[in-house]
Amino acid sequence: MGLPTNIFAPASTPAQSIFDLSIFVLEVTAAVFVVVFSLLVYAVVKYRRRPATDGREPAQVYGSSQLELAWTVIPVLIVVILFLAAARVIASIQNAPKPASAIEVTVVGHQYWWEYRYPSLHVVTANELHIPVSDPAHPTPTFLTLLSADTDHSFWVPRLAGKTDLIPNHPNSMWLDPHETGLFLGQCAQYCGTQHAKMLLRVYVDSREDFDRWIREQSQPAHEAVTKSEGQRIFETTSCVNCHTIAGTAAHGTYGPDLTHLMSRQTIAAGAIENNRGTLLGWIFDPAVIKPGCTMPSMGLSTVQAAAVAGYLSTLQ
Amino acid sequence: MSTESIAIPITDTARPPFTATLHEWITTVDHKRLGLLYIFYSLVFLVIGGVEAGIMRIQLIRPHNDFVSPQVFNRMFTMHGTTMIFFVAMPMVFGFANYLIPLMIGARDMAFPRLNAFSFWMTAFGGLLLYFSFIGGDGLYGAGNAPDVGWFAYAPLTSQTFSPGHSTDFWTLSLLVSGIGSVGTAINIIATIVCMRCKGMTLGRMPLLAWLNIVMAGLVILAVSPLTAAQVMLLVDRYLGGHFFDTQAGGSAVVWMHFFWVFGHPEVYVLVIPAFAFVSEIIPVFSRKAIFGYPIMVAATVCIGFISMSVWAHHMFTVGMTSAGNTFFVLSTMAIAVPTGIKIFNWLATIWGGQIHFLTPMLFCIAFLFQFLIAGLTGVMLAAAPFDWQLAGSYFLVAHFHYVIVGGILFAIFAAFYYWFPKMSGRMYDERLGRLHFWLFLIGFHLTFDFMHIPGILGMPRRIYTYEPGRGWETLNFIVTIGVLFQALGTLVFVGNLLWSYFRGKFAGRDPWDAWTLEWSTASPPPAYNFAKIPEIRSRRPLWDLKHPEDPDWQYE
Amino acid sequence: MYCLIAAESAIFTIFVVAYIFYLGKSVTGPQPHDVLHVPIFLTICLLSSSLTIHFAVKSLQSARMGSFTLWWLLTIVLGAIFLAGTFREWRHLIYDEGLTLQTNLFGTTYYSLVGLHAFHVTVGLLALAIVLIFALRGDVTRQHAARAEVLSMYWHFVDVVWVVVFTVVYIIGR
Repeated sequence: MGLPTNIFAPASTPAQSIFDLSIFVLEVTAAVFVVVFSLLVYAVVKYRRRPATDGREPAQVYGSSQLELAWTVIPVLIVVILFLAAARVIASIQNAPKPASAIEVTVVGHQYWWEYRYPSLHVVTANELHIPVSDPAHPTPTFLTLLSADTDHSFWVPRLAGKTDLIPNHPNSMWLDPHETGLFLGQCAQYCGTQHAKMLLRVYVDSREDFDRWIREQSQPAHEAVTKSEGQRIFETTSCVNCHTIAGTAAHGTYGPDLTHLMSRQTIAAGAIENNRGTLLGWIFDPAVIKPGCTMPSMGLSTVQAAAVAGYLSTLQ
Repeated sequence: MSTESIAIPITDTARPPFTATLHEWITTVDHKRLGLLYIFYSLVFLVIGGVEAGIMRIQLIRPHNDFVSPQVFNRMFTMHGTTMIFFVAMPMVFGFANYLIPLMIGARDMAFPRLNAFSFWMTAFGGLLLYFSFIGGDGLYGAGNAPDVGWFAYAPLTSQTFSPGHSTDFWTLSLLVSGIGSVGTAINIIATIVCMRCKGMTLGRMPLLAWLNIVMAGLVILAVSPLTAAQVMLLVDRYLGGHFFDTQAGGSAVVWMHFFWVFGHPEVYVLVIPAFAFVSEIIPVFSRKAIFGYPIMVAATVCIGFISMSVWAHHMFTVGMTSAGNTFFVLSTMAIAVPTGIKIFNWLATIWGGQIHFLTPMLFCIAFLFQFLIAGLTGVMLAAAPFDWQLAGSYFLVAHFHYVIVGGILFAIFAAFYYWFPKMSGRMYDERLGRLHFWLFLIGFHLTFDFMHIPGILGMPRRIYTYEPGRGWETLNFIVTIGVLFQALGTLVFVGNLLWSYFRGKFAGRDPWDAWTLEWSTASPPPAYNFAKIPEIRSRRPLWDLKHPEDPDWQYE
Repeated sequence: MYCLIAAESAIFTIFVVAYIFYLGKSVTGPQPHDVLHVPIFLTICLLSSSLTIHFAVKSLQSARMGSFTLWWLLTIVLGAIFLAGTFREWRHLIYDEGLTLQTNLFGTTYYSLVGLHAFHVTVGLLALAIVLIFALRGDVTRQHAARAEVLSMYWHFVDVVWVVVFTVVYIIGR
């Protein structure tokens, strides 16, 4: 239907097997619905009180063992069938083996943003996940390890897979196996605090070449200018550096998103707004205007200073 | 039984002063008055909870709306959920249980009248405590800090770190306090039904309402106690620096989820079983037939009670249980559809071959049947764990459980209101207003909750204060909000009808419905002692036996 | 009373489950086997108090008031010894071992579980003491046997819980 988060438009193996099961379950429940609904409507219409009745009570029936047995046994059979179908899909998704070609990503949920680490590829990024498309002949699925730095979150990109929660002190895992390239949207699906609504997910499924190029670029340190700009000086002398990392500079904080290649991302604030110099300026000046209740404070910079920082950040390609 | 209506003098010659009446109501230990207090109390909270829902729906009417701040929105859904479950639905079913059980089993009062009063006031105090948080919860951080952790308050969001101030303390204390009240009432219900039945009323001749309520009370005891224990642990964490749910010190957030849902799922059945009870009493009377398959109805209820204790983790399919664990809970959850299905078929069979009187209580019951059918089927969809991985925590889930709670439980409660209103007040409600309420509420309900399923399928998670345009959610959310308007109008008509009829309605007489259970054999409203002479019965429908001496029920049982 | 006991059992079950779940999950010491000693004497005291209260109720049913008072008093003494023992154990743990509720998960779960039980013992002792006062004033007669029996049921329940707590905390848990 062209809707970006429709669970009935699967584009990845786990989402596809869930979709197939859903259709089966929907068919069975729809059949049950039609039968019982028609019986109810028929009974309600047929046995309405008619003016012609002479005030006599209808025949009193107290029960019927055969009937009751029938509507015990038939539902039991339906339940067994649905259960077996569901159990098969559970096993196929949860017990799927991890091929050697799989990409591994560690996802860390933070209050209102996502941290992505590619341990074997030495890349750290935030909020926009890049994964390679998986060719069914040579599958390169992505296995996610899900951790949380604070409260519970849930990773839900409906077209790629079902959701799995990120719970502190309780590592989880899930996998994606996308069959088409493109941008897939989703958002945090477990209430995690004030800005739960603006903890959006963006997954870019790239062709293999694009993905490899992206990894190459991301594993570089930041482009170091010959002379430090005013913006960089302000950035490195305020508490910005306590929370953010810019590889190759003095900024080593880990509490907030890694900004080394900030401008390679299309959005900021966990997908809440577009990423350009103007929005960066607004965000730095006072994040609470865009995301009231978010954990990044306003640093009390003047407009000129904030503009300088935004100027510096917008050089981080 | 005589069917003449007896005009009861409502006002004595000298009306007692207001303070005396107030004193009488506050110190009462009469099960009928306590029942009415419970019902009145929950009606007040129903309106409050409804206003909270309205605020959320206005906020969500279009994307990027800013009717309320995110903080306020988060408080609203927390308070709405907590209020509706603990301070509307539970007191409501307890109120009806309190009022009806002694009358239906031919007793003069509950087994422990003072415990009864104590339980009510504990519950009432719990509700006040929760709402006092708007004033007292701010702690160090600004004014007006009601709890904002969601009604199931997952750890570690409830820890001091993420929830400073006292809002969460108000939440946990109020549930602790009202939980004690609930357990007290449950003990009382069981003791009353076990010990105080009138002569001839064997367990097999009890009205279904009594049977279902004893199962409900058993579930309350087994389900609310774990919640109480979990709340004590949370308090130890928050006040004494314990580490039960402190994930930094090795504690587990998942343990809280288990403890909460061990309570939370049986709780659904605590609420829905009394709804079944109302429907099981009303459908036979308005179809003019005995309930179909009484023994299997009882058996199905007991069965639901047992199975409901073993399905809790279907709320947790997404928290990363093993595939074996998930599979087990799929099976147990789907299994509960069987006894529930039996009940729907038995109600259908009760209607079959009857003469249906379409009066307001019956209209609500028939709507209940259709809606509960749908709620059950969406429940089966959610029970299939992989499907749930998509649907859990989405608006599909929200629509599903509102289908159960509003479309099922609330519709049954409305039916019960209209059915027993003549008994409780001595006056008939206005039938035209009743129908108006029914149709307004029915339209509103379906506009809101039918359309709420679809944004869930289109990927809209619950508990978000705003959403992005372009995902196909806008129109649907608009329709959902419009539906709320109809429901609010319907509720206004309902409250107006109750008030108007209480003062101006026609006198109802003992038995306006030509019904068959014992409560209709005494005056309306019943005197403090209920029955001048404790009745003696020989079948499940004692009044049928009296009205049809030529063909009494006890010949067939 | 049976219902109340069912409700109480559910509460204890949750605490026991939490204790077992968190066994060995503490991030820092001390661990149970470092600091806990098996309180055999106290256990004998508490369990024998179940016997004495049983004899007390039997005496009351046959209206032997003297022996009722004596057995009842003995029950209270045994319960009090148990409580005092728990107090000493906690004192030792807090001051000598430095284990408090805030120290680690073991501390949290241990004090909550044993404390919940000790709280029930205290409530039971208070109720028993009130009955004793009535008995000494001569207000307790054979008609009250049924009520005394309800109280004794509660006391038996507290004992049974101790058996569970003892097994979990001092045998399995170490």
